[in-house]
Amino acid sequence: MTNVLFDAPGPVARRNSLIASIAGGIAILGGLAWIFFTLNAPRGELPGYFDPSRWDIFADPTVWRYIFVAGVWGTLRAALTAAVFAVALGIVFSLLRSAQTAWIRIPTAIVLEFVRGMPVLLMMLFILLVLNTGSFWAVVAALTLYNGALIGEALRAGLASLPRGQREAGLSLGMRPMQSKMLIEFPQAFRQMLPIIIAQLVVLLKDTSLGYIVGYVELLRVNMNQLASFYGNYYLFSFFIVTLVLYLAMNLALSWFARWVAKRTARRTGQKPPNPDEEDEELLKGVAKANAEARQMGQGSV
Amino acid sequence: MDAIIDNLDLYLQGFGTTLLLLVVSGLAALVIGTLVAAMRISPVPSLRWFATVYTEFVRNTPLTLVLFFCIFVLPLLDVRLDFVTRAIIGLSVYTSPFVAEALRSGVNGVPVGQAEAARSVGFGFRQTVGLIVLPQAFRMTIPPLINVFIALTKNTSVAGGFFVVELFAVGRTVANARGDQVIPVLLGVAAFYLLITVPLGLLAARLERRWVVQR
Repeated sequence: MTNVLFDAPGPVARRNSLIASIAGGIAILGGLAWIFFTLNAPRGELPGYFDPSRWDIFADPTVWRYIFVAGVWGTLRAALTAAVFAVALGIVFSLLRSAQTAWIRIPTAIVLEFVRGMPVLLMMLFILLVLNTGSFWAVVAALTLYNGALIGEALRAGLASLPRGQREAGLSLGMRPMQSKMLIEFPQAFRQMLPIIIAQLVVLLKDTSLGYIVGYVELLRVNMNQLASFYGNYYLFSFFIVTLVLYLAMNLALSWFARWVAKRTARRTGQKPPNPDEEDEELLKGVAKANAEARQMGQGSV
Repeated sequence: MDAIIDNLDLYLQGFGTTLLLLVVSGLAALVIGTLVAAMRISPVPSLRWFATVYTEFVRNTPLTLVLFFCIFVLPLLDVRLDFVTRAIIGLSVYTSPFVAEALRSGVNGVPVGQAEAARSVGFGFRQTVGLIVLPQAFRMTIPPLINVFIALTKNTSVAGGFFVVELFAVGRTVANARGDQVIPVLLGVAAFYLLITVPLGLLAARLERRWVVQR
């Protein structure tokens, strides 16, 4: 888009752009340097936040072992369990939501709307207090329900975006509607929507940190609560930076994986797969298309 | 049920704080997000680069960690603000890259042919953007933006875990006080959230439906 809007830049425009770029770069670097020096300035009696004495505990391997064994694994354990269940639940939701019979389809639509409109944190608290499951299963169950609903809608959008002929070909070979759906349509929809599903799993991984509020022992609680209170407030900032870096490493790796899968899908199928960076927009568009399709087929949508 | 009726004023207070968080951080996120989106499509490489890194960085940080920073780490840096203001800062920063992406995808959603046609009939940059691209991009960004605000509504509940007394925090307090009526108490909280999110969701779906059919 951008390159259509302008004429090709001539020498003067190119020079101006270069000057603006250098000026902007200096402004940004200046801002970063200001942040660094503000943090590094001594605090009364105490040294600045990048002083080696504030970081010496990280030389101790037992600290790292605890961070990884209790913190990172606590987060990953919840995320992995919830991811498996969420994809399974998403498949069930998408099948129920695109069912032929109205008394299955409409209640599912209402349940999905309800789940999507509620904060995950409230679901966690609800499961924790009402079902008394313990914090691990409260976190896993709430994440499963919420992300299952979104993955379900993504899969339904994928099913609706397939060419009508796929289903017709399956039916004309004598397959029952369910067979055609499971053997012909579903594998294609799943592959098409895989980038969106992985992008949703990034959301799931991020949301495991909500477990901090309902008392589940994960990375944030281990670092910022247990370790920081054990070693004292002196190290709070250092622990915060370590936590931030660990979360970024996990989430960025998964985001990049989603992009890689999207590229690979594009190469293999020759179609443009949904962009995992624009997950929200893609879901909205896909669901609207799926609803329009359903209305055309004479099944009103809610 | 009487637990809700007895504490109705608490609920309404919490709902008020939730609305406050939603409106103020929504507007702030809109401002920051627009700036980031403008940087992202600007012809200046260093600004583009900064906006990309910012988006990537903030989007991959959990909201809980952002709010933790605002509540527990900002005081270490001698920032003296009350909890609600700090929560608003956190929520605005966290929401801003999502706003930026929604705006950017709207501009990218306008078919290139539209801009090409405008250029080929002799429109300049201003005319092309102002008369052709933005009016079309604007309405395409509305449904995704509504979605961002729905997510923000739900995200305000996280502030309830950090000393801000909004709906979620009220629900937790009342549920702890009335152990015999946990289910109605929490369903009451859910109803207040749904009061905001469901109408917004239906609006987004309706607008999107109209524009999907038109295209």
